[in-house]
Amino acid sequence: MGAGYRRLVLDSPELAAELVPGQFVHVRVPSLEPSALRRPFSVFDAADGRVYILYKTVGRGTLALNQAKPGETVCVMGPLGRGFPVKCEGIALLVGGGYGVAPLHFLARALKASGHDAVEVFIGGRTKADLLAVDRFRALGVGVHLATNDGSEGVKGLVTDPLDDELVRIREKGGRFELFACGPDPMLRAVAMRATGTGSRGWISMDRHMICGVGACYACIQKTVRGNSRCCVEGPVFRAEDLLWE
Amino acid sequence: MVGLSVDLGGLKMSTPVATASGTFGYGFEYVGAVDFSKLGAVTAKGIRLDPWPGNAMPRHCEVFGGLVNAIGLQGTGIGHFLDITVPHYMEAVKDAPPMIVNIWGGSVEEYAEVARLLTEAASSGGRSVIGAIECNVSCPNVKEGGHTFGQDPEVLRRLVAAVREKTTLPLIVKLAPNVPDVRPYVKACEYGGADALSMINTIPAMVIDVERRRPVLANRSGGLSGRCVHPVAVKLVYDAHKATDLPILAMGGVYEPADAIELMLAGATAVAVGTATFTDPSTAARVCDGIAEYCERHGFASVSELTGALEA
Repeated sequence: MGAGYRRLVLDSPELAAELVPGQFVHVRVPSLEPSALRRPFSVFDAADGRVYILYKTVGRGTLALNQAKPGETVCVMGPLGRGFPVKCEGIALLVGGGYGVAPLHFLARALKASGHDAVEVFIGGRTKADLLAVDRFRALGVGVHLATNDGSEGVKGLVTDPLDDELVRIREKGGRFELFACGPDPMLRAVAMRATGTGSRGWISMDRHMICGVGACYACIQKTVRGNSRCCVEGPVFRAEDLLWE
Repeated sequence: MVGLSVDLGGLKMSTPVATASGTFGYGFEYVGAVDFSKLGAVTAKGIRLDPWPGNAMPRHCEVFGGLVNAIGLQGTGIGHFLDITVPHYMEAVKDAPPMIVNIWGGSVEEYAEVARLLTEAASSGGRSVIGAIECNVSCPNVKEGGHTFGQDPEVLRRLVAAVREKTTLPLIVKLAPNVPDVRPYVKACEYGGADALSMINTIPAMVIDVERRRPVLANRSGGLSGRCVHPVAVKLVYDAHKATDLPILAMGGVYEPADAIELMLAGATAVAVGTATFTDPSTAARVCDGIAEYCERHGFASVSELTGALEA
């Protein structure tokens, strides 16, 4: 993987068995100072006693995590948060930007495993190197639609461009769909708008810096119809119509 | 066997270790990750009369050795707290430790009313787990409330007296660290009728994103907590203890048993673990065991013998 993306594999049968798509784990990064805060990560997959995390090197924490050695013990809290529902009426449209595809991969596999066959994934990024796990989605038998800002792969433009084409096709056939999204805020807002008021459900996973991960500190706030909601326990996956955007 | 129990101004604690307000939600969030039998008390997040939304995001920023936060005391208000939160805590936590309820308000009357409602609930409302009130007069993150009451000894004395009039619960006052001399504030609490002090609250702090040339926190500034504030807490507890007989609940950078023992030697009766819980939820239990081990090793029969046991 290029562009600072990394994969972390955790050997933990208990965690792997309990995790549902969209939940997160709270990691104590071994090479940071002992008093450093934990870092939250979404889960790319959980199977056969292992938990797979796909992350981007974005700061001090992830930079330090890159130093972890194979076989090293890592302290992890989880599973945490509310994940995606692993059921869907109509076609499941998964929309991801950058490392936001991570929980969508877990979700796609779980949907397929539950017998839900109609799954399409829309992956966006600045450039080709930001389109992650494309082959993994294809291997699941999921329809894959790509978009890059610079046109180096797939449609040149935003991930919502191929999504809107698909929404037109579905509506023409009178089909039903649900949206599942994870990625940068502007993308999430665009996806949420395509779900609210349409009679279709949208499930939006918010990415926020967190402190405690268990609802105790009130640092990871997202405005919702219920007020200031904590992403770690009331999310990270919210219903699209509950979200209020600044 | 070392005696672990302490008396914090009438609050009977089975161990000298509590959790600090704002770092432990309303007591039940950490169920499954914390051994509550090692906690002498938990402290609930700040409560006022009405719901309060808190500050805009971002609300925190990690710094080396600490954390700067400006959560802004988001909370549901006393009604929801008594009807829903406290029963939920009592149900979720087996043998729930007594709860110290941190209160704040925009006026003296608001503090007094919240104290009255808590006292009523604790004595007759099936909410006996409410063990004490901690008056927050030192939150740096809310303009209209808290902080202003802790920056003038006479204003503080009047506030403490007004709350005292409305409660028979042990009354703890949480002091600000950013005063030139803590002793007049300690005395103000004493004269106002407080049963105990807690210190320290976070230290006013600010972080700037140099690339954007903007403050990192939406509130512009916040309060510093974590490992780096510990020596500041030790000095303030030391000064306060010399000035008063009121018992002190000390917090500020407690990560290891030695941190807690330092605070007790400086004069604390009990300690609270705050920011450390975020990194390691088992910190409080580990600190509790470490204090007991220290007492055994140094021949103290009870942890209460540590209070102010500083040589010279």
